Amino acid sequence: MTTDIKAPQARRRTDTRIWLRDNGVYVAIAVLVVYNLAFTENFATLANLNTQLVQVAPVLIVALGMALVIGTEGVDLSVGSVMAIAAATLPLYLGYGLFPALALALVAGALCGMANGTLVAVVGIQPIVATLALLVGGRGLALVFADGQLKDIRNPEMLELGAGKALGIPYIVLIAALLSVLVWLLVRYTTFGRQLVAIGGNRSASALAGLPVRRVLMLTYVISGVLAAIAGVLATARLTASDPSAIGNLFELSAITAVVVGGTPLSGGRVRILGTVAGAVLMQLIAATLIKHDLPDSTAQIVQAAIIVVAVYLQRSRSAGVA
Amino acid sequence: MAAALSSVLSARGVGKRFPGVVALSEVDFELAPGEVHALVGENGAGKSTLIKVLTGVYSPDGGDLTYQGEPVSFGTPMEAQQSGIATVYQEVNLVPLQSVASNLFLGREPRNSFGLVDFRAMRDQARDLLTSYGVEVDVTRPLRTLGMGVQQMVAVARAAATSARVVILDEPTSSLEPREVDTLFGIVERLKADGVAVLYVSHRLDELYRICDRVTVLRDGRVVHSGPMADLPRLRLVALMLGRDLEEVRREGATKFDGERTAADTGPVLAATGLTSKHRLDGVDVTVRPGEIVGLGGLLGAGRSETAMAIAGALPLDSGTVVVAGKRLRTGSVAAAMRAGVVMLPEDRKADGILPDLSVRENIVLAALPRLSAAGVVSRKRQDAIVDTFMKRLRIKASSPDQRVGDLSGGNQQKVLLARLLCTRPLVLLLDEPTRGIDVGAKAEVQGLVDELAAEGLGVVLISSEFDEVIEGSDSIVVLREGRVVTELHGADVNENTLLSALAEEPADDH
Repeated sequence: MTTDIKAPQARRRTDTRIWLRDNGVYVAIAVLVVYNLAFTENFATLANLNTQLVQVAPVLIVALGMALVIGTEGVDLSVGSVMAIAAATLPLYLGYGLFPALALALVAGALCGMANGTLVAVVGIQPIVATLALLVGGRGLALVFADGQLKDIRNPEMLELGAGKALGIPYIVLIAALLSVLVWLLVRYTTFGRQLVAIGGNRSASALAGLPVRRVLMLTYVISGVLAAIAGVLATARLTASDPSAIGNLFELSAITAVVVGGTPLSGGRVRILGTVAGAVLMQLIAATLIKHDLPDSTAQIVQAAIIVVAVYLQRSRSAGVA
Repeated sequence: MAAALSSVLSARGVGKRFPGVVALSEVDFELAPGEVHALVGENGAGKSTLIKVLTGVYSPDGGDLTYQGEPVSFGTPMEAQQSGIATVYQEVNLVPLQSVASNLFLGREPRNSFGLVDFRAMRDQARDLLTSYGVEVDVTRPLRTLGMGVQQMVAVARAAATSARVVILDEPTSSLEPREVDTLFGIVERLKADGVAVLYVSHRLDELYRICDRVTVLRDGRVVHSGPMADLPRLRLVALMLGRDLEEVRREGATKFDGERTAADTGPVLAATGLTSKHRLDGVDVTVRPGEIVGLGGLLGAGRSETAMAIAGALPLDSGTVVVAGKRLRTGSVAAAMRAGVVMLPEDRKADGILPDLSVRENIVLAALPRLSAAGVVSRKRQDAIVDTFMKRLRIKASSPDQRVGDLSGGNQQKVLLARLLCTRPLVLLLDEPTRGIDVGAKAEVQGLVDELAAEGLGVVLISSEFDEVIEGSDSIVVLREGRVVTELHGADVNENTLLSALAEEPADDH
């Protein structure tokens, strides 16, 4: 009936909450930037800016895929392991040149995504369980590929990808920015993006409206896998070594954090790409700020945890706040 | 006892306004102990707002509330509940995974001498309580394994058992079978005998006349009538709710269906034959010509929804064929059915229909996205054009195409779903309870629209639990029982008597 009508006080409270949920992450970034400009030495330098952005880029790229998966009411826990698989694949084929090696690393990511997608969309296993399998098994697989060894990267093009710049901006940052724009366009303007959001919002209604539910879910996990592979490649290039036992460790959690802090609800039906970018940047900024002020890593973790709790609190379903 | 009081709960001059809307204006309302009081009105008439004011969800802008002789103002729904005002909403608010007994005693479990929950006592008391209401059910089973009807019953029994003085029932029968409705009314009678005041909200006029003593009619936030139920003739009640001329209602009949229509004498647009799905359908045939409305008759569980779902590709079939406009369809695929021009309006609007958090625009274009896209990119212009067309055509009342669908009234949500189907340019519309749970005005509009669409040459299959609707709406009726077609009614045979006798041929199974 007249559920669009809410009591004024309740409405005001909800409106504030919704505004904070949607924009809190930007406010937090602004506050931190202002603080750092005032109190942190060497903050406003190009070198520092580049360092921070290079550090955040792999997490951000993984988070873009995670945002899509979470939009379907799923989650992809395997992204860190997929990064490791891509990293392990790379040195095996670098002998044939950069592009074949890159292509195969991305194909490996796509195959991982396909495996996840099959379990979720065709077999019907819950995403958290389906992708847990690859989280555990994927890293093992990566270590098998790499013979359990760290391998130095000596391919000059690959090293250039990790350290090079265009117009003063690192390639890694440019790639992350480009991917962010592409994924944003994908969500906003394509049939696939709109169908993804609809399926996350109400699976059964979407199926009855004739949407290709399985195909959309499958493609979503494949995109997540490919993005994770790209992140794995870039992390390897920056590290100048393929280290399958360390690359991508706990990245699934950082990515989920970026997505949630950016205002994408875990309940699906909504994907915020700009928010996800901001979420990743915010987490990086918090860590950087505390480190620059000589506070230990553990403090950063506690602060980040607090931010996550606030973000989740702000996302309580609309109806929970007002009866 | 309470009978000494003339009213247990009353409102005087209550007003409530929201930005841009006066939801309630100078409303006087009285609820006496031991009466069943009907609250009726179209959507937006202020029923929900009044209930929310009475139960502490909203605080009124003006006027006074009196409860058991004392002026009150409930700050929260919890306060109202604790002082004895229990509300049972349309959607059951219980814990689906817990047992029936746990749900009945949630928050007031019987304790043993160690202060722990005494499960045996709880089970026994739960069984006694439900038996006394004529509900026979294993109280140890998780609530969700029971039918919606029983769940509703448990919710009402729970409200009744909490020594409430006022029980508010909001559309309690919308998911009940006729037999369950009888049981519910038994409970209501008992509450009444115990001196409890019952506020009864329903769109089903039959029920109101059966169970209610008094009636208050709201329209546009004002009380337009209040008095004994029996003194208010049906037509007058409908006229009051609609704010329409009595003569006009009489002339046009109770539903908006036009009655006569001339179906084209061409071949069928839909021919479904031998639809069979284990335990649900057994060789059902349905044929629809362009411009024809075919009703599916039958009692609950007869297989009406299953038939529609099977035709629409939403129910996998063991055997059977569906031919649309001469072409045989791959069964078991909604997308294939939709491409061939068969679309279904699902029975459960909330669970299977709307995407509540998305906008009106996105809800309407959902099924037509591929058609509105070029190279996978959705064209905003084409999308806006189609949304605009259908919002106007179906008179969808929304502040803009960007409004959340979850915020619209039930009637408007239903129109959004119809728009979604229509923009796929269907040949056959399968409508499963198209007017359930929507107000009288929207109902008439939807009925009129279905008529119009049929007149334009669409084939329509209509399922409705309302007798009037099936009879006045349909050109012919396929009567189902236990997943089989028992008979088909055509032309002059489509009337209440023949349908009733078709349904009553054999005593309906008591399962």
